[in-house]
Formats: sequence, structure tokens, C-alpha cells
Amino acid sequence: MNATLTVFLKEVRENLRDRRTITSALVMGPLLGPFLFVMLMNVIIQKQLDKAETPLKVPVIGAQRAPNLVHALEQYGLVVEPAIEHPEAAVKQQLADVVLRIPASYPKAWNKGDPAQVEVIYDASRRDANTPVKRVRTMLERYSRTQGAIRLLARGLSPAVATPVVVATRDQSTPQSRAGQLFAFMPYFFVVGVFIGGMYLAIDLTAGERERKSLEPLFVNPVARWRILLGKLGATAAFATASLVLSLVAFHLAGYILPTDKLGMAIDLGPAFAGTVLLLMLPLAGLFASLQTLVSAFAKSYREAQTYLSILMLLPMLPSMILSFMPVKSADWMYAVPLLGQQLGITELLRGGSVTGVQVGLVLVSGFLTALVAVLATVRVYASERLAISA
Amino acid sequence: MIEVKDLHKTFGEVKAVDGVSFSARDGEITGLLGPNGAGKTTTLRMLYTLMSPDRGQVLVDGVDPAVDPVAVRKRLGVLPDAHGLYKRLTARENIDYFGRLQGMDEAAIAQQREALIEALGMGDFAARRTEGFSQGQRVKTAIARALVHGPDHVILDEPTNGLDVMATRAMRAFMRKLRDEGKCVLFSSHIMQEVAALCDRIVVIAHGRVAADASPDQLREQTGESNLEDAFVKIIGTEEGLAA
Repeated sequence: MNATLTVFLKEVRENLRDRRTITSALVMGPLLGPFLFVMLMNVIIQKQLDKAETPLKVPVIGAQRAPNLVHALEQYGLVVEPAIEHPEAAVKQQLADVVLRIPASYPKAWNKGDPAQVEVIYDASRRDANTPVKRVRTMLERYSRTQGAIRLLARGLSPAVATPVVVATRDQSTPQSRAGQLFAFMPYFFVVGVFIGGMYLAIDLTAGERERKSLEPLFVNPVARWRILLGKLGATAAFATASLVLSLVAFHLAGYILPTDKLGMAIDLGPAFAGTVLLLMLPLAGLFASLQTLVSAFAKSYREAQTYLSILMLLPMLPSMILSFMPVKSADWMYAVPLLGQQLGITELLRGGSVTGVQVGLVLVSGFLTALVAVLATVRVYASERLAISA
Repeated sequence: MIEVKDLHKTFGEVKAVDGVSFSARDGEITGLLGPNGAGKTTTLRMLYTLMSPDRGQVLVDGVDPAVDPVAVRKRLGVLPDAHGLYKRLTARENIDYFGRLQGMDEAAIAQQREALIEALGMGDFAARRTEGFSQGQRVKTAIARALVHGPDHVILDEPTNGLDVMATRAMRAFMRKLRDEGKCVLFSSHIMQEVAALCDRIVVIAHGRVAADASPDQLREQTGESNLEDAFVKIIGTEEGLAA
């Protein structure tokens, strides 16, 4: 039997017997992403739904001073809660999201026709309170506009006088592109899934084997080292790919349980999406396998390799982070940059767009070329004398 | 037949091997005796192609590992100092893996494997995963794994290290059996008794050089000591790093 295949089969078999590898490669790696995704999405979606649907409960101080205002607010959907003492402290301590205070000066100013002040007490650093605050403000502005219009009419003027400019918005987003924006971090989950999927094998097959002193006897066999290395890389990439496939299946299932349609969003995680993502990610399986093996070959022990690899894991985050800080208009050449190409392609697919054949070709060619360079570098390190010597 | 000619190997400042020459003949047990750190392991590693010498030449049946390392490795059965097993594989699977890497077909592997399991007395634990094996069981498995392809040359680096008396005796008997089959057996040790009891030829190494190369009788003659132990100490010049 071919030596590379022998090594590949042995590594796969041995690692399928290892609970730690199975947990990280085939459970944690692929399922952590979808799990976090569902959790996060549910929180986000719940928040968005809160905006429109749930009754808004707000403590009102001095409600008796402005019965008309309070009555109007109730009509808009606000539920008046009894007044509380020390509203500022209550907001800071998160006892209330927002408190409305109608000062003693309100009736006097209102009756004179002066601007009457109401106070909205909130804490802008509490992001979860932003939605109720916004809703209260919108209601107050609406009341103010309505009353202003009535006053103008009473003086024989058209309310249009007070509105010299009207803004009409024309949103060009589609339900899918709105979803895509929300799911911009999904490519990262796929990339990390592939990375984690192969990581433990890469460590175990090089640093681990050296630490357990089995690398020296292995290299004494009449097989060129690069053949042994290819078998090991193949096994690592196979686990990474298996992890990715599981991840895609999990995301597909997650798509069913997310109530995205309630938000007027659509997301397609079907077979066509999964197939394209798999194709785009394939070069990364090879690239990561060799980078991880390369790094492990420099580590003296399993632990050291683990430390190095957790640093290397930051690498796939770069494109996601850069793109979120400075969104760029995508150009074809960017697809030729490994990791960036995957990020752009998957984001485009999530937005309901499609990737062209040229773009897929660029991702594959550049990805496999980079992987090849990494493999060649690893072959060189594998040929070195010191690799086999256990400390 | 293994020939070693004027090997040199330096690690940084340290001259680990500094002009070692000897030969190990077929049908003989050749022992490399020397204190810890004398350069035995480095010499053997150059022999089994894990390291390449800075200077000098190794010939295994006339083949130079610098020219054709794979052909040399095919002729060798090696038990390195580091002989870790795959703990999630059984002893049998460990042996089979190396058999396949040697390019043997499955039938030949099975036949050789069972013969070695029989010869080394591994019957009770061959089907178990090697995790938790005793030192003796580990060494036996590692030897079976190294010899599955039936090589003519057997190189063993400190094979009895850490073995108890019974296992050591079994190991020595096995080495004699290999010699009687006409194989070239080369092993290293820092234990004088062992070398004296086993070897047809003794190569004493100290400070990276060959201090003596002779049969046990010749060594006694050369040094004028009737006791082999005293002879060794006299040759090496110190007792440090040796064990009785």
C-alpha cells in the first residue's frame, strides 16, 4: 500500500479513537458557531421585535400635571407606571429603562403657550435601554407635532408652514441584504470551524508524536519524510473538512429555527449556499493544515504547540475585523487574497448576491497556491535533523 | 555488514562524535560500550540515517545512506533510544503500521507479526491498546515493530534500559537468537556486565572516540586485567557514567 495512504489511514483511525480530538474537531468546532449564532440572533431579533410589539412600561412622575399628554401617550401604546422616587438612581441601577418626569413648571408654560419641558431620564451607556428611550422620544415628538399643528390651525395658519422640508427615504436594501448585514460575522464561524477542526490533529501528529518519542522510529522506516508528512496533512485537512461540513449542516438547521421572516429578512442557508461555501473554503483546509503543522513542528511539546496555535488562530479574524472597521467596496482582486476572498464571497452569498466564476476561480487558485507554498515550507522543516529528536 | 569510517558530528561547540570507525559483522553481536554522553546514540543515529555526519562514511552492505537512505533503512531494523508507541493503537496495530510502511503485503505482515509475537512472548497483551503497558511490554512491542520486515541488520539503542531482570534475560536471549539466524546485531549499552555477557565484539567509545575495538578476550589481554570490568575502566580512564 502507498506509504502516504498508510499514514493517512492510521492517523484517521487513531484520532477517531481520541475523545479530545473528536470533541474539538467534530463537536465543539462545528457546533459552537451555529450555537452562538442562534443565541445571538435570538437576542437581536427579540430586541427588534420589542420595538414594535410589546407595551412600553414607563414610570411617569407628575402625571397629574399633564393629563392630556399622558392620555395621548397611552393611546400611542405607553403604559403609565406609578411614579418612583430617585429616578436618576433607578435608571443607573437598571431598575427602570427610562423614566418620564413632568416638572411642576409644565402646566404654567403650557397654558402660556411657551415650550413646556418634559424630562426623559435614561442612561445612554445601557444599550438595552436604547429602544424604549427611542420609543418614548418618538411618542413625545409626535404629541408635540400634533399639538403644534393644532395651535397653528387655531391661528388660521396651515401646519405646512412649520414643515419647510419633508424627508422621504427610499431604502434599497432587500430582505436578504438586511439579513446579510446582520450575519456579517458568519464567515468567521466557518473559518474558525475549519481551523479548530484540524488543530488538534496538527498538534498531535507532529508535536504530540515528538513528545511521545514515536517520531524517531517512524522516520527510520524506508519512506521519504515528505510522504509521511503528506499523509499527516491529509488526515488533518480531512478532519478540518469534516468539521466544516458539520458546521454547514448545523447552520442550515439553524436557519429553520430563526424567526428572521418576522423582521422582514430572508436568509438562504440551503444546499446551493452550503456547496459554494464548501468549495470556497476547501483551500483553507489545506492551508491551515500545513500552517498548523509547520507551527507544531517548531514547538518542543504539545502544550507549546497549543499556545502557538491559539495565537495563529487570530489570523483568520483579521479580514473580518478589518472589514467591519472599514467596509470596502469589493473588487475582484480581493478574491485572490486568501481569507479575505472567503470572507467577501460568503458575505456576498448571505446578502443574496452571487459569486462569479472568476471570483470562485481566484479564491481557489490563490488559496491552493498559498497552501502549496505552506506545504513546501513544512516539507523543508520536516526534513530537518532536529525535528525527529525528542528533547 | 555495517562499516563505519571516521564519523564526525558536532552540535554547536560540542564534538559529540569525533572520528569513530568500526565494523559490525553478520552473525555477530557487536556492542557499543561507553559512559552516558560518550556519543553512542549520535553514532547510531548517523547509522540509521536520522542524522547525517559532518564527515566520514557509513556503509550498510556496501550501500551509503548519504546516497540512498531509503535502501539503507530497508536493510535495518532499528530500536531507537526513543521508542514511543501509539497508545491508541493495539500492539498488533502498532506492528502492522510499520509493516505497511515497509511496503510489505498484508499476508507477509500477518505472518511475521505472529512469529515475532510468539518469539518475544507477547501473546497475552498483543491485542490490547498500548496505553498502560509496562516498560517490558513496551520494549517488546517496539522491537517487534522494528523487526517486522525481517531485516538482516538489527540496531538496538540501550535495549535493556529500564527492564527488570526477567525482561532483560528475555531480551538477551532474543538477541542471541537473532545472531544465530546470521543477522548483524549492533547494540549500545553503558552496562559492562551486559556487554561482557553478550558480545562477540566490543567497541568502547569515550569522548566521541573509539577507545578500544576487540573481542572480550583480546580486551583482557590488551589491558593485562583478567577482570573485564577492570579492563573497561582502564580503557575509558574513569568509572564515571558506567554501570556494572
